[in-house]
Amino acid sequence: MSGRAKRAGFYFLTLVIVFFSLLPFLWFLDTSLKTQREVTATPPELFPSGSLHSYQSAIEQYNLLHYVKNSIIVAGATTLITLIISVFAGYALARLRIKYKGVIMGSLLLVSMFPQISIAGPVWKILQSFGWLNTYQGLILPYVTLTLPLGVWILTSFFKELPEELEKAARVDGCSHFQALFKIIVPLAAPGVFTAAILIFIYAWNEFFFALLIMTQQKYQTLPVGIALFQGQYTMPWGEIAAASTVATVPLVLLVFLFQKRIIRGLSAGAVKG
Amino acid sequence: MFALSLIAPCFLFILTFAFYPIAYSFFLSLHRIIISLPGLEQPFIWFGNYKELFHDKIALQSLVNTFLFVFTTTFFELLFGLAIALAINKHFRGRGIVRAAVLIPWAIPTVVASQMWRFIFNDTYGLLNYAFFGSDTALYQAWLADPLFAFLAIVAADVWKTSSFAALIILAGLQTIPDELYDAAKIDGATAWQRFVKITLPLVKPALLIALLFRTMDAFRVFDLVFVMTQGGPADSTNVLQFYGYKKIFAEGLMGYGSTISVLVFFVTLLISLLYLKMIGTRLFGERS
Repeated sequence: MSGRAKRAGFYFLTLVIVFFSLLPFLWFLDTSLKTQREVTATPPELFPSGSLHSYQSAIEQYNLLHYVKNSIIVAGATTLITLIISVFAGYALARLRIKYKGVIMGSLLLVSMFPQISIAGPVWKILQSFGWLNTYQGLILPYVTLTLPLGVWILTSFFKELPEELEKAARVDGCSHFQALFKIIVPLAAPGVFTAAILIFIYAWNEFFFALLIMTQQKYQTLPVGIALFQGQYTMPWGEIAAASTVATVPLVLLVFLFQKRIIRGLSAGAVKG
Repeated sequence: MFALSLIAPCFLFILTFAFYPIAYSFFLSLHRIIISLPGLEQPFIWFGNYKELFHDKIALQSLVNTFLFVFTTTFFELLFGLAIALAINKHFRGRGIVRAAVLIPWAIPTVVASQMWRFIFNDTYGLLNYAFFGSDTALYQAWLADPLFAFLAIVAADVWKTSSFAALIILAGLQTIPDELYDAAKIDGATAWQRFVKITLPLVKPALLIALLFRTMDAFRVFDLVFVMTQGGPADSTNVLQFYGYKKIFAEGLMGYGSTISVLVFFVTLLISLLYLKMIGTRLFGERS
């Protein structure tokens, strides 16, 4: 094969990969911009007339903004709390002497891998006994637990890469461990902290299983629950589902295009570096 | 002491909302508990629930379905993941945009992805029918109403959604292979295929194993796709353990019986993850412990 044919083949293959990666999303975006009649046309109409009717209907009849608000509160609070706890734990695991470090890291990894059903019933019972079903904290607490492994693993691996000398110098100058952590380590590891924040936010924004169990009242439901349970009176409201899905997805698409490098680095942090 | 106080909050969360619930699941599974009938109290019935579980045909089918789902999805995800990783590992113009595009399926909420695919497989408005049969609407199929196609549909949706994650892990592995190895092989006259089999594959194997571990564990908890696309049907052909457990505990309120499924799932995944970790060896922790 000549070099040129090879290159053409490579670009073609890449295009196919990109096309199939984007197709379902683009099709839903397309659907969300159709009129009611275009959505239910058979055979499907490929191009939309650019109507915003589905968005309007999703907001007015299906309380879309309400779900968006709940998702922002839950995902935002989860990200903040998990980050703070992970910074402490990550620092300790990266820098200080701790017995059974391997066991701690291993059990965190196990927590991130177990199917949620193995803890679902008891978590529901615990929250019920506190009266926390259908409350924000009722969902945020399990989310913090489930995102901690991610946060701690990423931050530990970022903290480890920082030169220890800076911190030692600060300690010699009379800084406490605490001051060294917040004045030297965290600012230097800001890219790592930010990466962890993005990944935790995406996890909490997308989670469905616990949100479905814990938030049974519409008032507190997050976007994924809302989108999964959208029901029309007689037919599926595909236009509205597509509109809500687009609203739920656009922030993530922006995050991915802006921070693609960080996300890739964060996801493979620790996994492959051994 | 200082170090311990730093990890204490993390530990507290994990203990309360992960380890304690796992043990509590086992306790619950030894009782008869019906959420909607609190008047019955919670009699201790030893392994009665487990006896029932062994004769539960739907539980067995969910177990088989879950394993089938795990095998087929991880196989295709590693295959496509490797292909994608090889493509985006090259240097070319627009690589950043291609990488971002490939990440989109991973970032999309699974519920949203499930609705997208449910719409694509729709019997009247679906893109798939249109792609196959054009405007000949008489031929349109109700894919999700067919046991086999419904199962393949959730497999396809999962493979679409998570191949990019596998690709990222594999990509990180590819990037650790020094270019000099390929240069030397070229000088020695190795073909592209030989270079792939003799250099790339063996050196990327650890990354493949880690991707396999993460994907297997994640495939085990498939829930969103099933909940949105098929509700376990038709005829339980897409029922999986996590969905069946959810239905028993929360839809039917059988907290005691449902907990046997929680315990079963826990031990199955524990066993598999220990097997994998043994295969991967200390790589994962070597640097840290």
